[in-house]
Amino acid sequence: MGDSQYSFSLTTFSPSGKLVQIEHALTAVGSGQTSLGIKAVNGVVIATEKKLPSILVDETSVQKIQSLTPNIGVVYSGMGPDSRVLVRKSRKQAEQYYRLYKEPIPVTQLVRETATVMQEFTQSGGVRPFGVSLLVAGYDDKGPQLYQVDPSGSYFSWKASAMGKNVSNAKAFLEKRYTEDMELDDAVHTAILTLKEGFEGQISGKNIEIGVIDSKRIFKVLSPSEVEDYLQEVE
Amino acid sequence: MSIFEYNGSALVAMVGKNCFAIASDRRLGVQLQTIATDFQKIYRIHNKLFIGLAGLATDAQTLYQRLVFRNKLYHLREERDMKPETFASLVSAVLYEKRFGPYFCQPVIAGLGDDDKPFICTMDSIGAKELAKDFVVAGTASESLYGACESMFKPDMEAEELFETISQALISAVDRDCLSGWGGHVYLVTPTEVTERILKGRMD
Repeated sequence: MGDSQYSFSLTTFSPSGKLVQIEHALTAVGSGQTSLGIKAVNGVVIATEKKLPSILVDETSVQKIQSLTPNIGVVYSGMGPDSRVLVRKSRKQAEQYYRLYKEPIPVTQLVRETATVMQEFTQSGGVRPFGVSLLVAGYDDKGPQLYQVDPSGSYFSWKASAMGKNVSNAKAFLEKRYTEDMELDDAVHTAILTLKEGFEGQISGKNIEIGVIDSKRIFKVLSPSEVEDYLQEVE
Repeated sequence: MSIFEYNGSALVAMVGKNCFAIASDRRLGVQLQTIATDFQKIYRIHNKLFIGLAGLATDAQTLYQRLVFRNKLYHLREERDMKPETFASLVSAVLYEKRFGPYFCQPVIAGLGDDDKPFICTMDSIGAKELAKDFVVAGTASESLYGACESMFKPDMEAEELFETISQALISAVDRDCLSGWGGHVYLVTPTEVTERILKGRMD
């Protein structure tokens, strides 16, 4: 990234053909807390570390995994406030779709619209790209789906993916452990083991967050005690 | 004279057993003068979804063009056909957008939804949906159509019998309405095929 001459305006290409601000945004994502997602045959699980800056923080007030619609949930790596804005916009788009068609928005459509928003912020004046990558998990008529959306606005469908600090180790671990016929419970266990790999300190129900969606198509964030139960099964 | 009665129309849709039929008259008039006797009022959105538009002909044509536009974009984005229920919600939204300067049309929507279940509905010119399990009517001949359908309709008719029933109901109703007539246009839709037939009635 020696094109620092071109890093002042995000709407200007550098000679190497990159938009330097997007590269910086990806760096912000890469230094965020690890998050991952795994698609099983009958559902999707997303999980993230929830390292709080101090033990005095009330961990019940922090929720990193959020639902966009009753059947779509999202987790992020990177800047929390940026993800809040995206969640807000995505929820609105999902509701607008419902208002028009009286049908819940398909996962691909919502991901595409969110990605379009993120792209707009890479080509408008006076704004900066979002400093988050999102993992969107949903279940609709096409079955369970997992998408990653980057600050540039590109999105990919994944069978399993990770983002954030520990991304390379986590992805290597997932590549080894992932099987096509994994069920949702196995996927949750695998997700926990993957998080444990790079976890500094003692993992517990209070410092990780897990969201699941199964064939009943309701996205749910697991409570700390439910997470503890899964943790004990993994031990 | 009401703007809805300027051109004249008669539309009816009926539900049968795993099939539906939608029929219209063929007259295009300018008040008392007949301009055309082969005017199309029912349009195909896709093989399992049809919409008939009663009322002012210019609004019907424009509205149809707008709906085809929306449907094509939907199809490109979502890579699937629109379900009839979804399409009905879309039409309702499009009509309500013009709440204070409306399209002078009354749509009749008929289609086969999930598992090829027949779906029919109508709405007023500002998008108030009316779902029905048996039949829906629209146009200047609507009152006669209500009477004819009510007496002739039976639930769970097979395709051929449904065709006979809807044709009889349409012809007898338009014969009582001076602004609609000059034959009929009937579409019979089953999960496997679409049959289009022209009826000859009193040509006046």
